[in-house]
Amino acid sequence: MVLTVRDMAVTRGGLAILEGVSFDLAAGEALVLRGPNGIGKTTLLRSVAGLQPPERGTVSGAEDQIAHAGHSDGLKAMLSVTENLRFWASVFGVTEIEPALMSFALTELRHRMAGTLSAGQKRRLGLARLMVTGRPIWVLDEPTVSLDTASVALFAEAVRRHLRNGGSALMATHIDLGLAEARVLDLTPFKAAPRARQMDEAFL
Amino acid sequence: MRALLLRDLMLSIRAGGGFGLGLAFFLIVTVLVPFGVGPQTELLSRIAPGILWIGALLACLLSLDRILALDWEDGSLDLLATAPLPMEGIVTVKAFAHWITTGLPLVLAAPVLGVLLNLPGDAYLWVVVSLAVGTPALSVIGTFGAALTVGLKRGGLLMSLLVLPLYVPTLIFGAEVARRGGEGLTVQAPLLLLAGISFGAIALLPFASAAVLRINLR
Repeated sequence: MVLTVRDMAVTRGGLAILEGVSFDLAAGEALVLRGPNGIGKTTLLRSVAGLQPPERGTVSGAEDQIAHAGHSDGLKAMLSVTENLRFWASVFGVTEIEPALMSFALTELRHRMAGTLSAGQKRRLGLARLMVTGRPIWVLDEPTVSLDTASVALFAEAVRRHLRNGGSALMATHIDLGLAEARVLDLTPFKAAPRARQMDEAFL
Repeated sequence: MRALLLRDLMLSIRAGGGFGLGLAFFLIVTVLVPFGVGPQTELLSRIAPGILWIGALLACLLSLDRILALDWEDGSLDLLATAPLPMEGIVTVKAFAHWITTGLPLVLAAPVLGVLLNLPGDAYLWVVVSLAVGTPALSVIGTFGAALTVGLKRGGLLMSLLVLPLYVPTLIFGAEVARRGGEGLTVQAPLLLLAGISFGAIALLPFASAAVLRINLR
């Protein structure tokens, strides 16, 4: 198992939203998290990525292994497509950005400023960033927002290639990604009973 | 780390960056003060070191909310937090980039603008020295303030209120170095204290900034 989550409970805005979530992720495996709006998919993914500490439970195998892609793409409007990618590549110590540009059909846009791209093109660039991290576990939050069907297919192909190379992916999504092999975990049964948390953290 | 520094510098030079902001503000303050004070060269040269220091400090303050807020808005800060860079390193680089784009131009512009304020001849050297020693502290303390208020909508006011008291010691000793230098007195004591503040801030505050940033990113 590359990633193991045990008995995790997460809170958003001081309210417990999920509890008792456990799952495993093996190399070459994709896991799709489903559930209605507000169930806590984003919060759970942020906790797995280490951006916020879980209320309870453990995540093992995540340290320096995760490439997280949240709702925003982290692009700089005044940098070109290549400059944006090259920056993230050098942060993660990767030199090659061409495969990432190719996989998401960004080669023709490479010299455009990121601020002039359409929403779907920005998303593609945001996803291409995952490929220059060189990290084995992709944690993706609604990765296909504003992508058309052709781009969703590009994305599914990129994920499949990542899985073939021994990586794994943890995704929260509503729509079908065309990844028939992905396991699905419905989060609805893990919804926490409504109760307030201890007071002290609410002030932080 | 170097990539982050280069990116921040490139962003601040490109359109919409904050490169000229502090410098322009500094210029406006030092041009307007002589008009406000009136044609008394004697009075003007007495207050010149203090005015230059206050102008530099406010110019620094003006650009602080850009240090982290922009990266927070577009999600880069979350991504940097999961990158293999230590958070302490990220805030140090951010503060350094802020100093290069704001503090360093102020240091270089101060002797030119000193002419407008009838700065005493002996004071030029000490204004530049005191700004060069003191402005890194302004950037590092400012980054701490920016980290405290990151994620707050319109956090600029709160940040100014938090940061200004922390700026006071730097201002006191910085202006004192420039004043004493201008009057031909010994500057050793205030200069050492100013350097102490700068080095202390550079050594300790990145840890505090990184800690509050981790809490704010939750």
